[in-house]
Amino acid sequence: MTGVLVSTTINGDAVQFACPTDETLLDSLRNRVGLTGAKEGCGTGDCGACSVTLDGRLVCACLVLGVEANGREIGTVEGLVEDGKLHPLQEKFIEHAALQCGICTPGFLVAAKTLLEKNPKPSEEQIRYALAGNLCRCTGYDKIVRAVQAAAKEMRKK
Amino acid sequence: MAVVDYNAPQSVQEAVALLSGSDIKTKVMAGGTDLIIQSKSQAVEPLRVVDLKHIAEMMSYSLDDGGLSLGPCMCCAEFTALHDVETLYPGLVEAAYLIGSTQVQGRASIGGNLCNSSPAADTIPALIAIGAKCRIVGAGGERTVAVEDFVTGVGRNCMQSGELLQRILVARPAPGSRDAYLRFIPRTEMDIAVAGAGISVTLDSQGVCTAARVAIGAVAQTALLVASAADALIGTQLDDASVAKAAAAASAAASPITDRRGTIEFRRHIVGVLVKRATLIAKERAQASL
Repeated sequence: MTGVLVSTTINGDAVQFACPTDETLLDSLRNRVGLTGAKEGCGTGDCGACSVTLDGRLVCACLVLGVEANGREIGTVEGLVEDGKLHPLQEKFIEHAALQCGICTPGFLVAAKTLLEKNPKPSEEQIRYALAGNLCRCTGYDKIVRAVQAAAKEMRKK
Repeated sequence: MAVVDYNAPQSVQEAVALLSGSDIKTKVMAGGTDLIIQSKSQAVEPLRVVDLKHIAEMMSYSLDDGGLSLGPCMCCAEFTALHDVETLYPGLVEAAYLIGSTQVQGRASIGGNLCNSSPAADTIPALIAIGAKCRIVGAGGERTVAVEDFVTGVGRNCMQSGELLQRILVARPAPGSRDAYLRFIPRTEMDIAVAGAGISVTLDSQGVCTAARVAIGAVAQTALLVASAADALIGTQLDDASVAKAAAAASAAASPITDRRGTIEFRRHIVGVLVKRATLIAKERAQASL
């Protein structure tokens, strides 16, 4: 198995790691870079627990090869905190109890952040559609939708 | 997974050279949403990957008087946001919008959907309906194949080893000519088509249909272009009786299977319903474009 040196930017920081060519970006992030926020739920792009951004576009890290990160910009849930302060989405997820076991939460946060950057005032339907690629087996989704609505409102004030 | 060699060529020529330069099984990668999953489940065989996303022309598009020339690797999220394309080919855009989640659309491409050649692929009937063509390039040169002739079986297409899909070409629709795509799934989103229908119709200033193409998906080994259904529409005002005839022709042309997503009888019926509804949507769009 050949190892490849990958130079990338993760949450704004320059990062280098070496990985085999058959490794997914999800495994590279978790096992080589030490960013364990992105989770493996299904490994087949169905559950969204490994959602990250690749050059600003929402993707499943399990469907990206680690080597593909070379020269690109990756965003993970760890990048949501700024200056030690939680992102409004994180605060509202806590306030609205929009999680139980928490495995899906990082994926929901990254997906919701990408949505709100494009559409600061989404309708409930737009939120549900944008988050359709993120599965949660605990909450029944309603609290997640409410939390995203509340975060959107909060973010529009700023 | 057994990807033993990853290549990211910068040009089509370089990619073509890579495709014919190895004893190891070599696969072209676009978004990877099918390939990476397939390679995970077939862990034994070593695989060499040629990633086409670093080739600028594979990721770009142009739209002019000649029509649409689409780089096959552009991701669906980027494609569905192209408003100029949506105006002229709304059916193709709605088919691309139905593929997977936001995350999957961030990677998956129309060219990948085509080359993966699933019978249930959403963009294939939509491409056939608008008469799209595939420009294929290999060491021996270029050739152009209509999409309805491109897919030859379940997961199979006409590309030879050493060839790759370079471009998807669609003529510019005249005023009075528009398309639509509908599919049936048991949920509201994120599922694989049980049946699908892509339609394009051309209306003259009197509202008479002068040309039509009807394509159906997920109801045979490959998406089918149904000439008898189009014939039922041409020369009519797309009135209820003509549209019902086209729907019946599509149902008759279908040769579906029964699986956990639907039975033969249901698929045969529903594909007719989709043809009828998609025809009426295409008609409305065609009228609005006159």
